[in-house]
Amino acid sequence: MLVSELVEKHGFKQLSGTDLNRKISNVYSCDLLSWVMAKGKHDTAWITVQTHNNILAVASLLEFACIIIPEGIKVDQEIIDKANEQEVVMLSSDKESFEIFKILYEAGIK
Amino acid sequence: MKKYSRSDENVAMKLHYDVLRDDFSRAGEASSKIKNMLRQLAIDANILRRIAIATYEAEINLVIHSYGGSIDVYIKSDCIEIYVEDSGPGIENVELAMTKGFSTATNIAREMGFGAGMGLPNMEKVSDEFIIESERDKGTNIKMVVNY
Repeated sequence: MLVSELVEKHGFKQLSGTDLNRKISNVYSCDLLSWVMAKGKHDTAWITVQTHNNILAVASLLEFACIIIPEGIKVDQEIIDKANEQEVVMLSSDKESFEIFKILYEAGIK
Repeated sequence: MKKYSRSDENVAMKLHYDVLRDDFSRAGEASSKIKNMLRQLAIDANILRRIAIATYEAEINLVIHSYGGSIDVYIKSDCIEIYVEDSGPGIENVELAMTKGFSTATNIAREMGFGAGMGLPNMEKVSDEFIIESERDKGTNIKMVVNY
């Protein structure tokens, strides 16, 4: 599945970044950054409620496909600007993590 | 056990970054710069990932725990060496600090998702060689080696 499908088919809002042609191969959800550093794989869609700029460092260091902010949590413009600078794709959704997992699972990420 | 010391032999390139205490807004910058530099040198993706984890965790530790410090990266023909040094406060019990899940991070840091007690264990896990020395009121020195 491509990141663009989340935006086009499932109504996720694109907050930052340009490369929506990134493939999603893995999904991970965790808000403890060191856990994510230890477990995150390439091309991961990472679901987190953290919205400070350190999530951008984690996503870019591990070359994640995108960050997904669930439950309509607001992200400050300052962080969106930084995400654009660092070319990190951030999406936002009103859905809860479990609903997001289901979408990705049904799209074939198993 | 090996003692902490810098080895200047056969260094092809050196990188140096200072990291300030409590500078959450810039935390992750040094490790991102290191990664970008190494990527330009066409270092293997798996090695790059291990270096990224090692330097990121070190940088976060400097920000949330130290009075400030530095990260030095020595690029050699057969390995990459990372030296992390700070000016205090030092770790009371290094063995305890190396235990997964143990953390002395503040509530503010924890609310941001730091302080999982996984930093030092992650650093050790991705390193082929890991040396940590700490003295109360003096500071902490860490050497990590990742072989190609």
